[in-house]
This record gives sequence, structure tokens and C-alpha cells, in this order.
Amino acid sequence: MTDTLVSLAIIFSQLSLLAFGGGNTILPEMQRQVVEVHHWMPASEFSALFALAQAAPGPNLMIVTLVGWHVAGWAGMLVTSVAKFGPSSIVTILALHAWDRFKDRPWRRHAQMGLVPVTAGIVAASAALIAEASNPTAIAWAITAFTAVMALKTRIHPLWLLAAGSLVGLTGFGQP
Amino acid sequence: MDHKLTSPESALAPTPTVREIFSGFLGLGLISFGGALPLARRALVEQRRWLSAEEFTDLLGLCQFLPGGNVINLSVAMGMRFRGVPGALAGLLGLIAGPSLVVIGLGVLYENTQNDPHVRHLFAGLAAAAAGLLISMAVKILLPLRNKPMGALIAALGFIAIAIMRLPLLPTMLVLTPLSIYLAARNAQ
Repeated sequence: MTDTLVSLAIIFSQLSLLAFGGGNTILPEMQRQVVEVHHWMPASEFSALFALAQAAPGPNLMIVTLVGWHVAGWAGMLVTSVAKFGPSSIVTILALHAWDRFKDRPWRRHAQMGLVPVTAGIVAASAALIAEASNPTAIAWAITAFTAVMALKTRIHPLWLLAAGSLVGLTGFGQP
Repeated sequence: MDHKLTSPESALAPTPTVREIFSGFLGLGLISFGGALPLARRALVEQRRWLSAEEFTDLLGLCQFLPGGNVINLSVAMGMRFRGVPGALAGLLGLIAGPSLVVIGLGVLYENTQNDPHVRHLFAGLAAAAAGLLISMAVKILLPLRNKPMGALIAALGFIAIAIMRLPLLPTMLVLTPLSIYLAARNAQ
């Protein structure tokens, strides 16, 4: 148990400092650690937890809390939360002053611009990995495609799209 | 909506207390479905008037640049600026307290009912839709790169490394980030 908590603390504090460009960039590494390295759950279960976290309110990364709780109960939840939100918050506090001081330096803009393509590629990888793990059936792929197109082409609230996907799922159509 | 912000300085509210920071972000956390960022701007700039639109944009720039969730960093940065470390803690805890409890509640529900075929079907649909939302977000981030061959190349390399070769994130970023920043700097000259 203690070993598990230590592993959770190490993994999530690393992820905390690697999460450039927001939470979704660390999904693939989180999945790799949780599913492939530590075998805490199968990939399908990781996707289910991701979906649950998406259906809940709050910031993007609530899956972190859920993974910790799923692996090691309340202690796991506490450890992963502190490990995930602590280090990046400390960096934010430390960076706050420097940010104002270096406002007009060109490297600040270059670093900002340079991070964009890296983030874009990794978020795309997140999407591909989560879609692959979430979609064992043709109907699931159809729901994914429909949701993606609706989210891109309309201003419909994401919660309605999640509800629609759940309802189609509930009918059991096309599922074993 | 910007016409309200013509004199942002005079319209700002007094500096919030630690308690107000906590309750402000608690409310934000509980109402923000599908990402907190659009709502954060409305709540903090237009409703509570803790920041002017310019201050919000500048602070958000920092938060997007640093590791960690954008709105999470924003809660820490705003709390820190207003009330130091206690304020930062209040912002962060306020933002994640409500969603943490909700998500655990959903987790309990899921674990107790996942063997029911109806629930399993429902969650399969939910997971598929959540994956679709993630794809739409990836497309939105990728689209601005379509006229930037170097940026698109970096993004493609990142995708191949993470999704196809399943390389760890740290070495991938240690190689791609300096390369990408170098290209951005050279391009700007």
C-alpha cells in the first residue's frame, strides 16, 4: 500500500511539472504509467474514468483525483491531488514575479510560440489514444465522430453531447 | 460585451479576502462543465470584477505557458497576487474541492453499478462522446498550424512519438520543445 502511494506521488508530481499546455498533454503518459507500467487498470477502464471526469464539473484534470481514488482509496486521492496540483502551483507562484519583469523580452514570446506546436501534437496523440481505448465497437466510433463534428461545427454545450452519447449507449445498439 | 469594460480600472472591485477567493473559485469549479476557461473569464472579469480584461489576458498567458492546468494555475496566480500564499491556497482548494467530491461520487456510482449491462452500455456511450470532445479540442489546436510547415512538422513528430511509438513524455518534450522554440525564434528574425 505504501509502495503504491509512493509510486502515485512520484508519477503525478512528475506529470505535474510536464503538463505544458494544460492537462490533456499528460493523458498519454498518465495512461502509459497507470496501464502499461503499473498495471493498475486496463486501458478501457482508464478511458471510463476519463469519461467520468469529463462528465463532472471543474478543470480538465479531475481524472487525476479519480485515478488516485480508484488505485488506493481516499489516501490515494489525497496523494495524487497534492502531487498533481502542488508542484505546478509552486512553479506558478515562483514565476509570477519573473513574468512581469521579463514582459518585453523577445525570448518570452519565442518560448510561448515554440510551445504551441509541441502541445498541439501531444494533445492530438491524447485524443487518438483515448479514442482507441474508448471505442471497441463501430457504434462507439460513430458516437465519437458525431460528437467531434458537432463540437467543431456548432456551439452546442459539451454536456448535451455527452448526454446524447450516453443515451445512444444506453440503448445498447451495436454493443455486445 | 466589451463596451462595459471601457474604464476597467475604475470598475474593479476591492481586493478580495482569502474567504472571498475561496468561495469565488468554489462557485467557478462547480458550474464549469466542459472546461472552466470560458466561464473563468466571465466570472472573474465581468461578474466579480477582480481583474481587468487586460490583466486577465496577461495572467492567462503566464498560466498557459507554465505546466499545469490553465485555470488551476490561474486560481493560484490570482490568489497569490491578491493575498499571497494563503490566497493562492484558497484559490486552488476552492477550485478543486467541489469537482473532487462530485467526481468521487460518480466514481462510487460507477464501481457499484458497472456490472449492470445497461450501465455498462451507458458508460460506453459516455466514453465515446468524451473521446469525441477531446478530438474536437485537438483539431482546434491543430488548425492554426496548417499554414506553418515547421510547426506542423513538430506537431507531427510529437504525435508519432507519443501515440504511435508510445515514448515517454519527458524525453519527447526535452527534444521537441527546445527545437520548436529555436525554430520560433529563428522564424521571428
